[in-house]
Amino acid sequence: MAVLSFVEVSEGKIKKASVEAAYYGSKVAEGLGTDSIALVLGAASADDLATLGQVGVKKVLHANDARFNNFDSKAFAKAVSEAANTTGANMVVLSFNQNGKLLAPRLSVRLKAAYVPGAVELPVFNGATAVVKKNVFSGKAAAHYQLNTEKKVIAVNPNSLSPVRGNGVATVEAFSPAVNDADFSSVVKGTDKITGTIPLSEAELVVSAGRGLKGPENWGMIDELAKDMGAATACSRAVADVDWRPHHEHVGQTGLTIRPNLYIAVGISGAIQHLAGVNGSKVIVVINTDPEAPFFKAADYGIVGDAFQVMPKFIEEYKKFKSAH
Amino acid sequence: MKILVPIAKVPDTTAKITFIENNTKFNPDGVTFIMNPTDEWYALVRAIELKEKQGGEVVVIHVGLADSEQIIRKALAIGADKAVRVDADPTDAYFVAAQIANHAKTENYDLIIAGKETIDYNSYEVGGMIAELLDLPCVALVQKLDIENGVATIKREIEGGTETVEVKLPMVVCAQKELAEARIPNMKGIMGARSKPLAVVAADATEKLTVVANYSLPEKAKECKYVSPDNVAELVRLLHEEAKVI
Repeated sequence: MAVLSFVEVSEGKIKKASVEAAYYGSKVAEGLGTDSIALVLGAASADDLATLGQVGVKKVLHANDARFNNFDSKAFAKAVSEAANTTGANMVVLSFNQNGKLLAPRLSVRLKAAYVPGAVELPVFNGATAVVKKNVFSGKAAAHYQLNTEKKVIAVNPNSLSPVRGNGVATVEAFSPAVNDADFSSVVKGTDKITGTIPLSEAELVVSAGRGLKGPENWGMIDELAKDMGAATACSRAVADVDWRPHHEHVGQTGLTIRPNLYIAVGISGAIQHLAGVNGSKVIVVINTDPEAPFFKAADYGIVGDAFQVMPKFIEEYKKFKSAH
Repeated sequence: MKILVPIAKVPDTTAKITFIENNTKFNPDGVTFIMNPTDEWYALVRAIELKEKQGGEVVVIHVGLADSEQIIRKALAIGADKAVRVDADPTDAYFVAAQIANHAKTENYDLIIAGKETIDYNSYEVGGMIAELLDLPCVALVQKLDIENGVATIKREIEGGTETVEVKLPMVVCAQKELAEARIPNMKGIMGARSKPLAVVAADATEKLTVVANYSLPEKAKECKYVSPDNVAELVRLLHEEAKVI
């Protein structure tokens, strides 16, 4: 009996979303009075992996095998299942991020385990069954999934809980899953990373803008505030579709779903499809000239005003705040 | 090339979300149901484009009851060649994936193109499950897909960028935005759809792994605190002292 969390590394660094998953796994293990074990596939330093102890992980199984440096859903599913079986884990926790969204359903089949995609809270146990809350209908409601199988897989929605760090140090053990070359079905030909900016899916703070900005030449003030705050930039579908902004910035139903601590929406009316991508944000600030903009109904703080007047003041006030703190 | 496209039925995005029977069931009253947008716009259209270029056949499969006929006919009108409906209420992703995998086992598809998550449960489950049930490679969040000599060249989304991978067919792909341009069925397609084959098959007995115990709605609407446009300093103070996010 144990709880196994699958922790992803990218270029040797532990992903933030995976730290949350490991923390979630530790909290579940604590509740069940069992051990929190993490599995890491691919190159990473033992010192970095030991820091998972800070979020309650007791032991890290590390397959330091270069074949795992690129994600392959089939091979990864095989390796994670093997780790679950050898540790006797009845629960596997991972992030509901890009790779987790594909890996988790494969694990569910492989382990014959009930699966919750995008859990937002810790499970509530009732004997062998567990009930886990997840958002449905793009955040307009929640469903409480009941997991009836002995084995369970939970993919945790990024930014659903904030890990509390302690002083623990995890032990790191080598792990060699029985995965052969034929299990690696995809060959990576290249990557195209957007450099110099913070990846939107990982960002704590996001400054976003829409058609209210009137043209791509006016994004300077959005970029400036984002740069000052250390925030990522995002946009509405309307402006991505007319190529004012790149598609990878588009958040909403058909774009990216994000849950930052702070989402600042400038000149975005807040159509339901846009809200679907951002309404999990902890705090939403809306700046719009139209007091009737639907976004204000989803906002925590609002300014009814012209972005071209408000944004320069916002940048100035933020600079003042930053120099004082 | 033989391509299978699973399609799901979902409530229209503007539908009012309410529940009945003590919050254990979605209330379909007055709700318009549509084909899941990513299934229709990206998965199905890319499958048809590949067929138009290289020949072959596009089959759509749907797990659902008789009231799904309209969305299946729409898929045929857009350009699928034939359809299969597994006659069962799709309440569990594993159950749905198992029905589709069982169909695919005997049909030797070169490619299965699923959509991204459905807009109701936002779960992103079925594509990956089908792949595991059939022991096939699978790539998700696919923005570009080309096939040449039995090898798929795929551009997929990763954190902060994209990755290009090559995978040998057969495989499963989960489509998303940018993979294709949505098509609107034309009159010829709509007329033709009526005579295309739609087979209705009974569901296999497969267990369901999850049950939705109940649903809940957000507790209360947020109360927006307004700040004057002449006092942006106050907004910065609130974000720091009250919301504690900066």
